[in-house]
Amino acid sequence: MDATTFLQFFINGIVLGAIYVLLAIGLSIIFGMIGIVNLTHGILYMLGAYATVTLAPYVGFFPSLIISPLLVALFGMAIEAAFLRRIYKGDPALGLLFTFGLAMFLEQMVRAIWGTQGIPFQIPEALRGAVAAGPIIYSKYRYFIGLCSIVAIGSLWFFLEKTRYGTIIRAGSRDPDMVRMLGISLKPVFTAVFGLGVALAALSGVLASPLAGVEPAMGTNTGTFAFVVVVIGGLGSFWGSVIAGLMVGEVESFCIFFWPPMADASKFALMIAILLLRPRGLLGRQWERFE
Amino acid sequence: MKKGVTRRGFLKAAATTAVAAGASQIFAPAILRAQQQPIKIGHLIPLTGFLSPMGDYASKAGKLAIEEINAAGGVLGRQLETIVDDETNPGVAVQKATKMIQQDKVDFLLGTVSSAVALAVMDVAERYQKIFINSGSNSDEIRGGKCNYYTFCTEASNTQYVKAIGRYLVKNKNYKTFYILTSDYAFGHDLTRVTRRLLGELGGKEIGHDLVPTGTADYSSFILKIRNANPEVVFVNVAGADQTTFLKQYSEFGLKIDVAGGVTDTVLMWNAGKDTAQGVWTLIWWGDLDNPWTKNFTSKYRQKYGFPPENQAWGDYTSINALAQAIKMAGTTDTKKVIEAMEKIKFDGGKGRELYYRTYDHQLIQPMYVVSIKKTGNKDKYDIFNVVTEVPGKDENMEAIAPTKEENPCNMKRG
Repeated sequence: MDATTFLQFFINGIVLGAIYVLLAIGLSIIFGMIGIVNLTHGILYMLGAYATVTLAPYVGFFPSLIISPLLVALFGMAIEAAFLRRIYKGDPALGLLFTFGLAMFLEQMVRAIWGTQGIPFQIPEALRGAVAAGPIIYSKYRYFIGLCSIVAIGSLWFFLEKTRYGTIIRAGSRDPDMVRMLGISLKPVFTAVFGLGVALAALSGVLASPLAGVEPAMGTNTGTFAFVVVVIGGLGSFWGSVIAGLMVGEVESFCIFFWPPMADASKFALMIAILLLRPRGLLGRQWERFE
Repeated sequence: MKKGVTRRGFLKAAATTAVAAGASQIFAPAILRAQQQPIKIGHLIPLTGFLSPMGDYASKAGKLAIEEINAAGGVLGRQLETIVDDETNPGVAVQKATKMIQQDKVDFLLGTVSSAVALAVMDVAERYQKIFINSGSNSDEIRGGKCNYYTFCTEASNTQYVKAIGRYLVKNKNYKTFYILTSDYAFGHDLTRVTRRLLGELGGKEIGHDLVPTGTADYSSFILKIRNANPEVVFVNVAGADQTTFLKQYSEFGLKIDVAGGVTDTVLMWNAGKDTAQGVWTLIWWGDLDNPWTKNFTSKYRQKYGFPPENQAWGDYTSINALAQAIKMAGTTDTKKVIEAMEKIKFDGGKGRELYYRTYDHQLIQPMYVVSIKKTGNKDKYDIFNVVTEVPGKDENMEAIAPTKEENPCNMKRG
């Protein structure tokens, strides 16, 4: 493996990882804030892709990059307000069971509305083909995915760390009772956080839609991978998800170079190894709420 | 002397009539039912997973075939009926096929797109002595090493597919270096085995080979490897939705390396779209072939469902019609007699020649089509192929591309 080849596979690993990061961060902040393991995450990712193939012919791909996640986020917030809110106080298994059932229901709804066949969807004209930078020739669209992910992750970080609302979210996820005592209602915050997590899942669905087929089973595997990333990174940890997502991307990319049949299994092997060394994940800390 | 009917006589007559009427009401429908008991076909097809793009067509085509046959009076005065289920995976398919035979009392089994599933269902067919018609699985061993008396293959074998594209490549292209991508399950491994045999004949060199897990969502790293290896052609032996995903991502990287493949399905290219689909491929049947059978089938299917049929629809439609023809010839649904009839029937399957199941391995002997992607002048999004050539040519024996006894020996135990 020479330096150029190494660089190519490295860049590819980052882009693969970027999509995992987007998915995992959404899952992670929902869990961190609300304490619910959202099994509909892969389905909401798929809804992002379906919203795009439906909207893009009318509004174009780039506007739908913003509109689709917003629509899916609204849908997610409606689910939170109508159903999830009622089960926060109950057994944690309730949330698991409810989102599991909802995921199956939504997947079948997608089959009923859009049909069982995959929907062909192309990369927008402006981003087709490859671009050469020195010896590295790489897909324009994948650079674009990398860029979008950096922007999305950067803004999320800024929002959580540097704004007042972000402070409430972080405080609320560590000690909700204290936040309530300070006179802040967490109800709308929960809804907003759920919407935010869902929007990130939908955004990665939009970005993935021209690459893989848009079909009703696309969310199932992806949802599982998002869990793997969150578990590796540490539940509820922002930077944990970022590092773990990129790691999984790199491991997958290089595994295809050296030993392709293991490509799928490599993610899980990595998860097992990390959990043996650090049972709470890479950056997982001890959270009183979840011990 | 009394005239007319006595009270007692009247009662007797009335009672007898009533009993007779009652009896006829009880027994007659049972007799009628026995005559009209439908002939049941268990139809196993992929409705979920990476092969599901084909399953929907198989089920729709099956329904159309059944409707047509029933509208024309059924078979031996009985209606046909299908029981459709998702083939899922080999383990579950065995359970489903067994349940179909034991509980639903099906007379025949039909379907499967996954070769791994077909191999499992064949065993069930043999155990219960029921005919299984394979309408969509390609692995050679289904009609070779693992063949059995009860299994018939309407779908062509990997050898038929690869020899078809091989003959074309030998005549028209002079590729020296190949890179092979293989689906990592029964079908892919078998296809690549046959492809390597072809490489030997072509004098081509395999400069790279990767096994690809089924359902892979991202091919970028594979594509980078191909570009680094820089072969003259990538030979794509991946199946189902994976083929669509690969082609979409291949075009994204703008490689100038040619693409060819042993097997394609129409719907995979429809899903890729004419802008990203590329390469030369072998296809078993195409809805725009110029013959009356095809025109009739395509227009009826299109009328009923609003879009044209593809090759998997052809597979299940043809299989049901062949089965109906064989049952009629046998005059019974008895397994052994129908098998003997299946070995004798000749029929028009929309390929412009008389097709038949070869006796020693039960493989449908048929011509194949080498197709390329139609890039301009397309009527609609379904108009995606140019038929490059029919293999073997019209003047050649159709068996020329079928596996020989040496290449793919089948030693089935008859009856």
